Amino acid sequence: MAGVTAEQLAASVGTTTYLDALRQAMFDALAQWPEAFIYGQDVEDPFGGAFKATKGLSTAYPERVRNAPICEDAMAGLAVGAAIYGARPILEFQFSDFASIAFNQLVNHAATTFYRTGKPCPLVVRLPMGGTAGGGPFHCQSPEAWLTYHPGLIVVAPSSVFDAYHMLKQSIACDDPVMFCENKLLYFHEKEVSEAGKSLNESTPQLPLGKAAVVREGDACTVVAYSGMVKEVMEAAERLSTRNGILVEVIDLRCLKPLDMQTIYDSLARTGRLVMVNEAWSYGGVGAQVISQVTQHAFHLLDAPPRRVSALETPIPYHPELWRSHRPHARRIVQAIIETVQY
Amino acid sequence: MMTSHHSVDRPPVSDEQRLQLAELMLRSRMLEQRIAALYRQGRIAGGVYLGYGHELSSAACAMQLEPSDVYAPLIRDMAGRLAKGETELDVLRVYLGRETGTMRGRDGNIHRGDLRLNILPMISHLGSMLAAVNGALLAKKLAGETGMVGMACVGEGGISTGAASEALNQAAIEHLPLVVIVSNNQYAYSTTNDKSFACEDLALRGPAFGLQSRSCNGNDADACLSTAQAAVAAARTGAGPQLIVVDVLRRCGHGEHDDGAYMSQELQENYPDCITASLAAWLESGLIDAEWETTQRSGIETHIQSIVEQVLAEPEPSPHTEEWTALSNPGQLYEVNL
Repeated sequence: MAGVTAEQLAASVGTTTYLDALRQAMFDALAQWPEAFIYGQDVEDPFGGAFKATKGLSTAYPERVRNAPICEDAMAGLAVGAAIYGARPILEFQFSDFASIAFNQLVNHAATTFYRTGKPCPLVVRLPMGGTAGGGPFHCQSPEAWLTYHPGLIVVAPSSVFDAYHMLKQSIACDDPVMFCENKLLYFHEKEVSEAGKSLNESTPQLPLGKAAVVREGDACTVVAYSGMVKEVMEAAERLSTRNGILVEVIDLRCLKPLDMQTIYDSLARTGRLVMVNEAWSYGGVGAQVISQVTQHAFHLLDAPPRRVSALETPIPYHPELWRSHRPHARRIVQAIIETVQY
Repeated sequence: MMTSHHSVDRPPVSDEQRLQLAELMLRSRMLEQRIAALYRQGRIAGGVYLGYGHELSSAACAMQLEPSDVYAPLIRDMAGRLAKGETELDVLRVYLGRETGTMRGRDGNIHRGDLRLNILPMISHLGSMLAAVNGALLAKKLAGETGMVGMACVGEGGISTGAASEALNQAAIEHLPLVVIVSNNQYAYSTTNDKSFACEDLALRGPAFGLQSRSCNGNDADACLSTAQAAVAAARTGAGPQLIVVDVLRRCGHGEHDDGAYMSQELQENYPDCITASLAAWLESGLIDAEWETTQRSGIETHIQSIVEQVLAEPEPSPHTEEWTALSNPGQLYEVNL
């Protein structure tokens, strides 16, 4: 695909993966916003990125898709300076695990710039996160908790092909720094068949960046998830429906900071029960924040204690069997929902 | 000290530049002396970090910048900031946390920046501003701008951070018109050079990353003006990033909370005060006369006094009217089409 033309890329229709959607969003963003540019390791053609998310883009926009040396700290620092000077940088970190190297520039520089100076800092950091079998402790982490902690950063995590496209474009258009968490397991496995003759860029976004979505309706329990866990939860919900007759309502958070708590409260008013699922570790994470808000503001809606399903409390194991048990999976989610419903 | 990795071009220096430098040094020193007094009076919250001993090199370097050039000063660059266009009014508004200052009480003292003057507001994490200047320069380059320069200041401690190393490499790869000023003031807080770096000469770091390197004595006005002029001209005309190592002595503690009792007496004897020494030399050469210094000092003192009175009467930020949001446009999160 090294020699892909702009026309070919723009005209891609048919089965679209989550990764295709990200590529299409960046292609369309580069066309729409001359001030946007992509900076990351190996993003240029012919390689086109470790996951091929930027394949073809440097051929179409050679100056605005730039390979970076291995320097996540300086990549993020460069993005801050460029954003202050009117650009819309889109960084690709090969794995979100390496965002730890850029931690200082993200939380102390990007996050504080607007508050300190009044100057917006529009940048996007694409963070391939979440687990894949064999990835082990340094290529599978979910860093969203420590990014959500800092005022001044928006953190989003799309779970569908449609959201991958529209939320990335909305993030690039956003005037504030957006940490864009992409789930690697979804890259190739999450697919959508486009409407006949329509490509993603002809579709219309249904929700703004900051809103959660009810992706399955039910009355027995509200299950909140995001990113790769939405797929696991939907599988669990289907199993509970067919085997146990339990109809759960599934909420895809989409935006992790700020949280759209109203959508959760509205659902709890219907179900009275809450299970929070995240692929990350539980301590102080997004799930902790959701439950903290619910117990503070919607305690009266609860008929059972909220329950969490998270990764086990160790580094992420290498062996596929260990890894599959380490992360939340449909069986654990089913068990947590049943216990919550039966409380 | 001159070795093969140094660039040795030395453009001539004019009396006009020397006089401008003399004025900037005096303004910087007298303003900082007043800030130190305000600190001791309890009028300044947080720390005060002074540029005593750095005034000559700081001003000489920043004097080479155009208004549209990007400048990322460090904590001892009061003189450079004044050269880039900051005024006593701007400085005191931020130090005194006034709502009228560029940081509006949200940040203070040496973190201040003024994007109208293309002065970036530094963060405290040393070495971090180099990459931000790279970003500003890359944004300008992608927008088609040419002939620009970005100057980033760091010390002999900060240049050894990972952040600085990554940014030097980045600047060289992108061939950006970055000029890095490394002020070796002999102390990183209390840490002496032998515990800060182990290479023979910090200027070696330039060519190691692909930058042209120069060194100069921070007490030699002509050397600083000429070296900075050459480096900025080289960056501006496409020679890629430049490094200048300036040899100075911090003539105070790390901050006003620190008496610097650990500092070596011998070093202090070896480094004359840059302002006293330069003015004496210029008096002897006839560039200035005794009246020049008296007139300058009197004018600066009167100006600072009036600015202090003005700023103390200006409003302080109120927690009741503060906007308490870290996002520039939170409403965007609830718009479907941005």
